Amino acid sequence: MMNHSQPTGADYNYTIVRQFALTTVLWGIVGMAVGVLIAAQLIWPQLNFETSWLTYSRLRPLHTNAVIFAFGTSALFATSYYIVQRTCQTRLFAPKLAAFTFWGWQAIILSAAITLPMGFTSGKEYAELEWPIDIAITIVWVAYAVVFFGTIIKRTTSHIYVANWFFGAFIITVAVLHIVNSMAVPVSLFKSYSMYSGAVDAMVQWWYGHNAVGFLLTAGFLGMMYYFVPKQAGRPVYSYRLSIVHFWALIALYIWAGPHHLHYTALPDWTQTLGMVMSLILFAPSWGGMINGIMTLSGAWHKLRTDPVLRFLVVSLSFYGMSTFEGPMMAIKTVNALSHYTDWTVGHVHSGALGWVAMVSIGSLYHLIPVLFGHGRMYSTNLVNVHFWLATIGTVLYIVAMWISGVMQGLMWRAVNSDGTLTYSFVESLEASYPFYFVRFIGGVFFLTGMFIMAYNVIRTVNAPKDTLPALAEEKA
Amino acid sequence: MDYGTLQGILTIIVMVVFAGIFYWAYSSKSKAGFDEAANLIFSDEEIKSQTNHSGDNK
Repeated sequence: MMNHSQPTGADYNYTIVRQFALTTVLWGIVGMAVGVLIAAQLIWPQLNFETSWLTYSRLRPLHTNAVIFAFGTSALFATSYYIVQRTCQTRLFAPKLAAFTFWGWQAIILSAAITLPMGFTSGKEYAELEWPIDIAITIVWVAYAVVFFGTIIKRTTSHIYVANWFFGAFIITVAVLHIVNSMAVPVSLFKSYSMYSGAVDAMVQWWYGHNAVGFLLTAGFLGMMYYFVPKQAGRPVYSYRLSIVHFWALIALYIWAGPHHLHYTALPDWTQTLGMVMSLILFAPSWGGMINGIMTLSGAWHKLRTDPVLRFLVVSLSFYGMSTFEGPMMAIKTVNALSHYTDWTVGHVHSGALGWVAMVSIGSLYHLIPVLFGHGRMYSTNLVNVHFWLATIGTVLYIVAMWISGVMQGLMWRAVNSDGTLTYSFVESLEASYPFYFVRFIGGVFFLTGMFIMAYNVIRTVNAPKDTLPALAEEKA
Repeated sequence: MDYGTLQGILTIIVMVVFAGIFYWAYSSKSKAGFDEAANLIFSDEEIKSQTNHSGDNK
């Protein structure tokens, strides 16, 4: 429309993709480093150095915002801009607006990194940022939607590839969620109060919260999966039909699952039950999608032996399957009575966040970065492999420690003596958790070390002279 | 019409629409188009290899 693009996608706008791809690695390291620090603080509280902006309470939202909105969302920007161009065979619509989304998003990340440690927060989990930043997010997000859908409109292909459907749903839904949940009455430049109150506020918050999981951390990354898994495996997706059913079922169901965050609260019972039932049904499309991704490798399983990039992608799908089985189970009220407020929840989140979101992003980046910088492969395939094992072992250590700790906490909290008094005090359950906090910390260190290795590998790849990194023999030229 | 009835009707509509999507996705008529769509991830490679890989662009 705007620019006179080349007839077919011979020439893509890779600049914006490169920028977002590289910042993904940077913000991944920052966000995960903060995570490791606060994991250490739970074992050694003196690590806050008696400094207000280094306390757990301020760094925890910094960690979650950094990994979700800086690391994860940068990965989504990079891959969606890449995939939409290549599958629509056209250049990105409105390149200046696309550049604005990059610089705008980086400015938002920096303002979050400054305001959260200073203690400015609206107090809503995963939506802590104060109202001026919320408005900035809305503006950048609308620009993102214009660029993305504009590119789809000017496509030269007749079909819209399924990955773009997932990205499109993610972009639209995140806009709606963010705007509705961020409705607030400002009282000063840095303080606002939610427009909602009581149980309604809680419901709006977790409608937002769970759909941030469902649409940002799931639908968006499924878009990534539907491109990079078939591409890296060198064969089309197992069932395109299944991918269509997967898409519609997933987006129709996710939106109802939020109330499972509010079991046994002031939320009406029927709403809790609805949330539980919808969460259970969600198991079907989740596993449909996972099976579709993994079965794409049928006939190409041998590639897993030699290709650590494909290994990243397939293991991420396994973790996706695991956490989307665990999630519906935890949404059952009686299970939730044991798991809620314990470390089990933390373990579940990280099985999704490290195992699925981070690993599918890392796998995609290892595919993407050589392409973006005109090479056949990464500087070192061995280092990709080392990263794969560090990430896998780190994730497993993390989630196993949290499972044990969480179930133990749940059992200790509910234990009562014959006279009805509590068997254990809260502090006793905390003391029992220390060994598991240490294992979690080690798991986090593993994962973070892998990210540093990735950064080194990426820098060497980006700076490698032309034609020095030819594609490996097994891979298609 | 009270709220409950409206919700019931909406639920049925959504179920019918979903069944329709399912039928459409698995009907043999759609097969050829889907195969084409599934191969979109590879179909720009020939075009790409003709031009020089160096291509950055602004």
